[in-house]
Amino acid sequence: MNQTPIHAFFSRIASGYIRWRETRAKRLQESLYYASQRKLVWHAFNRHKLARISLVFLAILYFVSVFADFFAPFGPLKRFKDFNDAPPTSIHLIKADGRLSRPHIYETKRELNTDTFKYRYSEDRSKPHSIRFIVRTEPYKLLGFIPMQHKLFGLENRQVPLLLFGSDRLGRDVFSRILFAGRISLFIGFGGVLVAFILGSILGGISGYYGGVVDEAIQRVIEVLISVPDIPIWIALSAALPRDWGTINIYFAITLILSVRGWTGLARVVRGRIISLREEEFALAAKAAGASDRRIIFKHLLPAFSSYLIVHMTLAIPGMILGETALSFLGLGIRPPAVSWGTLLQEAQDVNVLANFPWMLIPALFVVGAILMFNFVGDGLRDAADPYSSSR
Amino acid sequence: MNKNSKPILEVRDLRQFFPIQEGFLRRTIGYVKAVNGISLTINEGETLGLVGESGCGKSTLGCTILRLYEPTGGEVILHDGDEQLSVFELSHHEMRQVRANMQMIFQDPFASLNERMTVLDNVIEPLVCNDIGTNQEREAKAENLLMQVGLQKEHLRRYPHSFSGGQRQRIGIARALSIEPKFIVADEPVFALDVSVQAQILNLMQELQAEFGLSYLFISHDMAVIRYVSDRIAVMYVGELVEYAERDELLHHPAHPYTEALHSAVPRLTQRGRRNRIILEGTPPDPSDLPPGCVFQTRCRYAEAKCKEEVPELREISDGHFVACHLAEELNLVGIQS
Repeated sequence: MNQTPIHAFFSRIASGYIRWRETRAKRLQESLYYASQRKLVWHAFNRHKLARISLVFLAILYFVSVFADFFAPFGPLKRFKDFNDAPPTSIHLIKADGRLSRPHIYETKRELNTDTFKYRYSEDRSKPHSIRFIVRTEPYKLLGFIPMQHKLFGLENRQVPLLLFGSDRLGRDVFSRILFAGRISLFIGFGGVLVAFILGSILGGISGYYGGVVDEAIQRVIEVLISVPDIPIWIALSAALPRDWGTINIYFAITLILSVRGWTGLARVVRGRIISLREEEFALAAKAAGASDRRIIFKHLLPAFSSYLIVHMTLAIPGMILGETALSFLGLGIRPPAVSWGTLLQEAQDVNVLANFPWMLIPALFVVGAILMFNFVGDGLRDAADPYSSSR
Repeated sequence: MNKNSKPILEVRDLRQFFPIQEGFLRRTIGYVKAVNGISLTINEGETLGLVGESGCGKSTLGCTILRLYEPTGGEVILHDGDEQLSVFELSHHEMRQVRANMQMIFQDPFASLNERMTVLDNVIEPLVCNDIGTNQEREAKAENLLMQVGLQKEHLRRYPHSFSGGQRQRIGIARALSIEPKFIVADEPVFALDVSVQAQILNLMQELQAEFGLSYLFISHDMAVIRYVSDRIAVMYVGELVEYAERDELLHHPAHPYTEALHSAVPRLTQRGRRNRIILEGTPPDPSDLPPGCVFQTRCRYAEAKCKEEVPELREISDGHFVACHLAEELNLVGIQS
């Protein structure tokens, strides 16, 4: 084959590229030798696009909730007089004179329509207020101990309401309340799953490793617990909580109530895996090495299926969030003045809200969104959990 | 048999039964007699080959000797210097002295290593569990061991998933050796490996035996492998020992019909031996429902009325040659022609 200089040039580029890819693949392969199980799972998880995006969004959601003091323009209990059930404030980009400008709003006024006896809100175009980022506000303490004076965004005039998602019956900003509510709703899942994880892995581990009478007893308890429907047992337990308990007490009590059933599923997973793994050679090898029972369970057996546990836990968190929402919705969970997504939705219970103030239902979108994202992340983790089985 | 050699391990009338339970109340309706009254002795520096077909209780015997299963009955005596340790009577704490003298190499290198720990952590696990040495000492020891089993010290930080079967088995051997035992149960250590790799591992084990003065109980179902590594050979059938002798004696002058059948099953390169190949009919008896008399009676082509009634005792027919067969003296069995 006769080669023109152009041919030679391109073939050199091509062969250089191939060599570059080969060395890169080789380096990747070598780094794989030193990769722990955790790294392999992470590697596989990263290829699951939906799960990765969901994880990022969840992280943002959690971050914003934790630092709600900074991200929310108002406190959860701040009331705007004469702005009961106000619709979301519209944000404008074009000034009255037709020029593009920074985002701004107009002051709104409320007037009663004497025909329908409904309030109407109208914009007063003569009084624009531009939205500023890192705006100076009244002093507050971030996370309860870091003194701060700024919020992420807001108006210079603190008395003019900026209601991204409208306001509720008492004139409180729904957007701010959603962020603050996330603190309780998002973390109650973690707390519940953590308690469930500890109970489940200890009881499931004992049940699976020792078998016999202990196993029988634990399994019967689990069967009794899961044969009682969720909602009645939650209602019964939370109805028993004293009315005069503080928010913190109620929070932990609800967490415990949610995990009463949560651990049973996990305990069964752990038991099943332990039974199948304890006769495996690596468990026998650990025993021959002289490892104690505790070391065999927690150092050799549990890590061997930790990825399954993490998947199970990730998929259990949405259940906990839904449980809290359901309880609070029924008025049995978190109680006002504390806010959770459930209590926000409780306020949106009547038909009037659906017909006239649909923005009060926005918290439901957050519940649905958070749960969907947890499920996507769980799916991604499940696929990634066994890097040995998938094609590498 | 070398009369001067000292025993390192004695197994006396070892029994390991697994209960069969049924129904809601877990009533025991019978036992699987995986190991049914086995006695044998292993001497210092020797390899005892234990051969038998799949499911005959070889591995269970190995695990029970190390007390990985709680035994049903019998005794295992470990000689540590002049001290005699009765393995089954020791408390959890006292077992440490036993662990330091007895270790195990497992059958499946893909299942016997902890995938979640690095090679280093796998190899030093026995040291960690028994509180031996400092971290630096353990690591130095692991480095040495890895070189001795033919790997490099760079491999210490890797995870098991990056190694081949043969390499993994070397790691398993390094782990067993880390605590410097005198006696090792090797449970089909080459079963899961390619033939070429099998030879490497067997040679490695023999080198290590010479270097550390190890004794092996070498378990395999492969007569060719057993022949290659053993000083003495024990033949096991459905939980019982049927024959037990010096290697050459057992190879050339088998006294039990089952041993004869095993010999004839070894593949040969020439067609010459094919003529008198013995095909055993049927399957071994169910270890939870043993036949009366001799265990081999259902498949033995020499069986007589006596075999169906009386259980043959394991008896010594010549120096160091034990056999459990009523007809041992009468039969003229074919061994391996060399």
